[in-house]
Amino acid sequence: MSEPNQIDAPAEAISAPLDLEALRTRLSSAQGPQFWRSLEEIAGTPQFQAFVENEFTPGTSEWSDPVSRRRLLELLGASLGLAGLTACTRQPAEKIVPYVKAPEEFIPGKPVYYATAIPVSGYADGVLVESHMGRPTKVEGNPEHPSSLGATDVLRQAAVLGLYDPDRSQVVTREGRVSSWMSFAAAAGTLRESLLSSKGYGFRILTEAVTSPSLAAAIRNLLAELPGAKWCQFEPVSRANVTEGLRLAFGRPLQPVYKLDQAKVIVSLDADLFGADPGAVRYARDFAAMRKPEASGGMNRLYVVEPTPSITGGAADHRLALESCEVESFARALAVELGVMAGPAPEVSHPRWIKAIAADLSKHKGACVVAAGQFQVPAVHAVVHAINAGLGNAGNTAIYTEPLEATASQTLPDLVEEMRTSQVSTLLMLGGNPLYQVPADLEFTEALRKVRMRIHLGAYDDETSAVCHWHINEAHGLESWGDARAYDGTVTIQQPLIAPLYGGKTALEVVAALAGRPGATAHDLVREYWQAQNKGMLTEDVWRKQLHDGFVPGSALAAQAVPLAKDWAAGLGSPAKTEGLELNFRPDANVHDGRFANNGWLQELPRPITKLTWDNAVQVSPETAAKLGIRNEDVVELRHGGRTVHGPVWIVPGQAANSITVHLGYGRWRGGRVATGAGFNANLIRTSGTPWHVTGAQLAKTGARHALACTQDHHSMEGRELVRIAGLEKYRKEPDFAQHVGHGPVKEMSLFPEFKYEGYSWGMAIDLNACTGCNACTIACQAENNIAVVGKSEVLRGRDMHWIRIDRYFEGSLDAPEIHHQPLTCMHCENAPCEVVCPVAATTHSEEGLNQMTYNRCVGTRYCANNCPYKVRRFNFFLYDDWESKSLHGLRNPDVTVRSRGVMEKCTYCVQRINAARIEAEQEDRKIRDGEVVTACQAVCPTQAIAFGDLNDPVSRVAKLKKDSRNYGLLTELNTRPRTTYLAKVRNANPELEKA
Amino acid sequence: MEHDEQQPSKAVDTEYEVIEPGHSYRSVTDHISAIVLTRKTPKTWLIGFGVSFMVLSLLLMSLGGLLVKGIGLWGVNQPVGWGFDIINFVWWIGIGHAGTLISAILLLLRQDWRTSINRFAEAMTLFAVACAGIYPVFHTGRPWLAYWLFPYPNTMGTWPQVLSPLVWDVFAVSTYATVSALFWYVGMIPDLATLRDRARAKGAKIFYGMLAMGWRGSARHWARYETASLLLAGLATPLVISVHTVVSFDFAVGIIPGWHATIFPPYFVAGAIFAGFAMVLTLSIPLRVFYKLEDFITNRHLDNMAKVMLATGLIVGYGYMMETFMAWYSGNPYESFLMKNRFSGPYMWFYWALITCNVLAPQILWWRRFRRNVTMLFVVSIIVSIGMWLERFIIIPVSLHRDFLPSSWGMYWPTSWDWMTFIGTLGLFASLMFIFLRLLPMISIFEMRTIVPPAEGRSKE
Repeated sequence: MSEPNQIDAPAEAISAPLDLEALRTRLSSAQGPQFWRSLEEIAGTPQFQAFVENEFTPGTSEWSDPVSRRRLLELLGASLGLAGLTACTRQPAEKIVPYVKAPEEFIPGKPVYYATAIPVSGYADGVLVESHMGRPTKVEGNPEHPSSLGATDVLRQAAVLGLYDPDRSQVVTREGRVSSWMSFAAAAGTLRESLLSSKGYGFRILTEAVTSPSLAAAIRNLLAELPGAKWCQFEPVSRANVTEGLRLAFGRPLQPVYKLDQAKVIVSLDADLFGADPGAVRYARDFAAMRKPEASGGMNRLYVVEPTPSITGGAADHRLALESCEVESFARALAVELGVMAGPAPEVSHPRWIKAIAADLSKHKGACVVAAGQFQVPAVHAVVHAINAGLGNAGNTAIYTEPLEATASQTLPDLVEEMRTSQVSTLLMLGGNPLYQVPADLEFTEALRKVRMRIHLGAYDDETSAVCHWHINEAHGLESWGDARAYDGTVTIQQPLIAPLYGGKTALEVVAALAGRPGATAHDLVREYWQAQNKGMLTEDVWRKQLHDGFVPGSALAAQAVPLAKDWAAGLGSPAKTEGLELNFRPDANVHDGRFANNGWLQELPRPITKLTWDNAVQVSPETAAKLGIRNEDVVELRHGGRTVHGPVWIVPGQAANSITVHLGYGRWRGGRVATGAGFNANLIRTSGTPWHVTGAQLAKTGARHALACTQDHHSMEGRELVRIAGLEKYRKEPDFAQHVGHGPVKEMSLFPEFKYEGYSWGMAIDLNACTGCNACTIACQAENNIAVVGKSEVLRGRDMHWIRIDRYFEGSLDAPEIHHQPLTCMHCENAPCEVVCPVAATTHSEEGLNQMTYNRCVGTRYCANNCPYKVRRFNFFLYDDWESKSLHGLRNPDVTVRSRGVMEKCTYCVQRINAARIEAEQEDRKIRDGEVVTACQAVCPTQAIAFGDLNDPVSRVAKLKKDSRNYGLLTELNTRPRTTYLAKVRNANPELEKA
Repeated sequence: MEHDEQQPSKAVDTEYEVIEPGHSYRSVTDHISAIVLTRKTPKTWLIGFGVSFMVLSLLLMSLGGLLVKGIGLWGVNQPVGWGFDIINFVWWIGIGHAGTLISAILLLLRQDWRTSINRFAEAMTLFAVACAGIYPVFHTGRPWLAYWLFPYPNTMGTWPQVLSPLVWDVFAVSTYATVSALFWYVGMIPDLATLRDRARAKGAKIFYGMLAMGWRGSARHWARYETASLLLAGLATPLVISVHTVVSFDFAVGIIPGWHATIFPPYFVAGAIFAGFAMVLTLSIPLRVFYKLEDFITNRHLDNMAKVMLATGLIVGYGYMMETFMAWYSGNPYESFLMKNRFSGPYMWFYWALITCNVLAPQILWWRRFRRNVTMLFVVSIIVSIGMWLERFIIIPVSLHRDFLPSSWGMYWPTSWDWMTFIGTLGLFASLMFIFLRLLPMISIFEMRTIVPPAEGRSKE
C-alpha cells in the first residue's frame, strides 16, 4: 500500500559496491577538468543521483528517537515543510520596488478584509478573510451572512493552512509527467471535437456535490451540447438521505432549514446540528440564543438520541445513546405516540423517553422541532418531518426549500457499472478523490482502469490523480472565483484573495475548456453567469456590492408550503431488523472525508468528544469493550460483508452499547506528507447502499497495539468543582449557586495594597451554558497566533501547543454520561503563580492586567508552567515552528512573533488585537470602545460563549457578565484571582425523565 | 598495619579507635603519600578510570545532542515540566552535603573521628556539586542564555527576578561551590607541601609546588592556617543548612500540591545529610579495601556514619509521616488526593519503594551487629542513595503529573537521553573521583598525624 520510502534509498547508495576500474576509465576518458566529490559521484549510480537530489541526508531526523522519525517527516509536511519543494512555485513575490501608485486601501501593516465563501461538500459558509499585503492569513466569519453571523467552524478556520500547504498539487501532469494548462487546453479542444462528433456518448462527468449555480449551469450547457454524456455527483458525506426522506414525506425532494431561534423544544434524532450539519454554525448560534436561563421566557430544551456522542449530544439536556438501527423505531414510536402515524407502535427499549418527549412536544406545538441526521435512513426523515407537520412546526421552526445540490443525471453505482462494462470512454472528475472515497463494494479502482481517458481536477496529487491521464491542479477556494450556496440557499460570490499560487484552475474553467472556451477566466465565467441571471441588468455597482457584502441579498431559497403526501407512511416499509454489532460510519470532525487530511492544524486538533488527534479509531462502548475484553489502543480486526480493516480501539463513554463508530478520512496512501499513513481507511468496509450504518459487524482482537495520541486521558472531574452546573429549578431558587462553592480567600488577606488599574483592565468571561465544545476557538487561536503543529509523537508525550484548549469531562455513568466542555485560556491571574517564579522576569503583569510573555527574555526553565494551576502554558521543547518552508511564510500573522525553540508561550488575550484597537482609538483621541477588541476565539465562537473587554468599563459586555449570578472563577481558592471567569451551566431537564 | 581488622578478636573493645594502633607519624605519611607518589598506578585504577571516562563521554554526547536538538529529547512534557533534570540536580546537591557537614560542623564540634574521611568527603561534595551544576544550566530551553540568571549589568536593562527561588538557587549553589572548593583546597595545602617535598619526579615537584603555594610549615603558617580553616568552617556551616533549604524553596514556594509545604526545608536538609552519608559510605567502604586504608578509616568511622544515617533517616521518615498527616488534617482536597495518588496512583510502586528504601531499610542500623557488618552497611548505603533519588522522583514528577485540573493530567517517563545524561553525570563524578585519588592525598596526612597517640608517634619515629 505504501510507496517505497524514498528517504531510505540513498542508504544503499553509500554501500553499493563500486567498480573502481570503471571509475578510472570514466575519469580518464573525460574531457576538460573534472571535479568530483566522491567515488560514488563519478560512478554516477542512480542511487547516488537520488542521494544528491534528496536534500535530506538519511538519518538527519533520527536524532530524537526511533518512533518519531517517520512521524516527524510527515508532520514536516504542513508545518515543517521542506524548503526545496517550493522552489518552483510562485511564492509571495519579492518586490523591491515600492509602489509608485499604491493600490487603493493598501496600507502596509494594515490588514484588509474581503468577503468570500469557502465551500465544504458543496455548502458555503460566508467568511471574511484577513489579508496582509496580499496574503490571506486568517478567516473570520461574515457577520452579515446568514450562515455565519460572524462565526465559522473549524474547517473554514483551517482553510488558510490548506492554501499554503506545501504538498498541494502544483502542476498539471499528463501521465505523471509535468505538463501545462496550455497543453491541457489544447487536448481539451481535440477532445471536444471528438465528443461533438460522437454526441458525447461515453463521456461522463463525476463531480462532488455542486451547489454552485454557475458551475451547475456550465455543466448543464455542456451536457446539452453532448446529449450522450452524463453527469454524476458523488459526495462521500452526502445529504441524499435527507432529500430522499423528504421526498417520501412530501412527494418531492426538499431539504429542511430549521429555525432554532424559535424552538423551545428541540429533538434531534442523530442530527449533529452543531457539528456535521451544513447549517451548524447558524444553528449553534440560534440554539444558544434560546438558552439563556435568566431570560423571562425560560430556556429551550434539547433532546438528542444518537449512537455515538457528538457535540450536539454534549449540549443536550437529555441524551439517549441509541444504536443507529433503533432510531427508526424510536421515530415511529414517537410519531405514533403523537398521533401522527397510525399504530401499532414498534417496540422500543426506552418507552419512557417516547412518552416524555411526546408530552413535551405536544406542549410546544409550533414552537418545537424534530430533526433527523443525514446519517439516518430516509424513513427516519420522513417520519420526523411528518411529526413536524403534525405539530405545526412546518413553516415555523422547520421550513422546507428546494434541495441545494444541482440535479445530476446519474448515480454513482450506475456510473461505476458503465465504467466496468467499458461504456465510458472519457471520465472527467472535477474535484474529489473517488479512488479513495468510494465505498469498497463498488470496486471503483477496477472500473476506473477500464476508462480510456481519465481526467482529474484535484487539489492534491492524490490516490486518484495517480491513475489519471491528466491531472489538473485545482485552485484553492481562496484563490478562486466562483459561487456557492449556504445551508439556506443564500448565494455567495467567491472572490479570490490571492492569485493562484501554483496556477491552479477551478472546475468552472475546466468545463469551459471543454466547452470550447479554454481562455475564459473564472472571473469572467462567474460574472457572465450572473449577468445572464439578472437578464443583463447586473450593474457594476450591484456586483461590487454583492462581492463586498459576501452574499447575494434575497438569494436564500424560498420556503415551500408543502402538505404531507397522502399515503406517505405506506412507502416507508418496515424498520430494518438489527443483529449483532452495528457499525456506524461518520465523517471525521476535522479531516471530514479525508480531503483535509493533509492539514496539520486539523490533524492535531483534538476531536471534540474523544480528544484524539492524528488518528481515527474503532470507537466502541464500554459495554462492548468489556464483553470482548478489549482495551484502548488494542488493534482489532473489523469485519463486515466479507471485508476487513484493522484499527485501534477507543472506548467512548456514551457510545450506544452495541454500536461501533469509525470515522472516514484516514488511511490515505497518497495524500501528502501529513495525511499519508495516518489512521485506517474505513471506506474499505463501507458499502454504497448503506453508507452510514450496517449491522452484523464483527470485532476480533489481533494482539497488536497502536498508540493513539489523546490530549485528555482523564475523563472525570474527580469531584472537583470545575464545571459548575445546576438544574433550571435550582438556578431559579439560587441563581448564584456557582459562587457558593469552596472557600475563596478574602481580598483583604494581602498585606500589600491592591494595584489600581487606571486605564483598561482586560478580562474575559466564558459562558459554559453556551459552549458546545466545537473547537472553533482552538483552531482560530492557532491561526491567529502562529501556533505550531508538533506531530503525533509529540502529542503522545503531551506537548501539544494549543493556547486555548477545551477540557471535556464526563459526569454520571459510563453508558449515559453527561458531557461537559470547558474552554481554558490563560486566566491572566491577578496573583499569577507563574510570574513570581520566573527567574528572568520573562513573564510579567502589564498595567492593563495582562499576564504577558516576553519570548526574547525567556530562557525556558519551565518553572512557570509547573506552577500554573491551570496548565495553560506551552513550551517549545523543540523548534516546532517551521522557519524554512517558504510557502508557509505567507501564512503567518505578521502581528504575532513566531516562537523559537526553548521558550514558553501561552494565550496573550490576543494582545496584538488590543494594540491595533489602541492605535485606532488613540488616533481618534478616545478610549477603546467595548466590542472593538475581539479576540480570535471570541470572534469565531458560533454561540458567542466568549466575551472579552475592559472590566473598568461598567457597561462593557464582559463587565456585565462578571456581575452575572452565574459567574465564577476556576480554582479561586488558590487566590490566583483569574481574569478569565466562567458562567455556570444550567440544565433544563425534563422532570419526567429525571424521576427515575 | 598488617593486622586484619575484620577479626572479631580485635574488635572486642567497646570504644573503637579512629586510627588503628601501631601507627607512627612516619607510617601515616608514608602510607598516604605513597598512594599518590610512589606506588605504581594500579591496573584496577586504570580500568576504573577508563570505564568512568567512557561513561563521562556519554554525558558529553547527550549534552551535545541536547544543544543541537533541544530539551524535547528528554521526557519532560506538559504537565511535568521538570523530570530527571531537577531530580538529579537535587539528588547530587543533597549528596554533597555530607562532605560539608563532616568538614565544617564536625570540625567546629571537635569530632576528631572526622579527620580521616573529611578530605574525600569534601572532594565528593565538590564533584557532586559539579554534577548538580550541569542540570540547572542544561535543563533550560536555551542553555546558552542561562547566564541571564546571574545579576550582571547588561544592555537589556534588567535584573534577575529576585522573587524566584531559582535565582536564590543560583546564589546558594554558587556560594556553596565556592566555599566548598576553598575549604577543600585550603585544607589540602599542608599536605600538598608534604607531597612536594617527597616527590622525586620533576614534574610532580613543580605540580605540587605550585599547588602548595609556598607552604613551609612555619608556626606562622600554621597559625594562619588554623584561623583560615576555622573561618571557612564557620562560613560553610550555615551553608549546610541553607543550600538545601533554598533548594527546597524551589518546591515549597510553588503552588502545586506536594510542593507547597512548610516542612520542606528541614526535611530536605535531613534528607541531604542522609543521602550524603550514604554516599560517603558507598565510597569509603570499597576505597579502604582497595587502598588498604582500614587502619585509617576504621569501623568506628563506619559506625558513626551509620548512626548519622539512622538519625537523619528517622527525620526523613518523620517528614513523610507529617506530609501524610497534614494532607488529611488540612482537609485540602488537592493535598489529600495527592497522597492518595502517591499511595495508589500510577507511580505507587515508586512511593512504596521509597518508603522501603528510606524508612524501613535504615532501621537495621539500630543494631550494632549490622553497623559493624561492612557488606551490610554498603548495601544499606546504596539502598538509601536509591531511596533518596526516588524521593525526588516522588516530589517532582509525581506531584506535577496530577495537579489541579484532571483534564491536564499526564504521565512522565524518562527517555534514553535522560538516562544517558544521568548515567553520564555518574561517569563525571567517578572520573573526577579517580583523578582525585590518583593525584591528591585522599586522607589528610597532617590531620591524621594529630590523632596518632603522641607516645606511639614518637617511639616509632
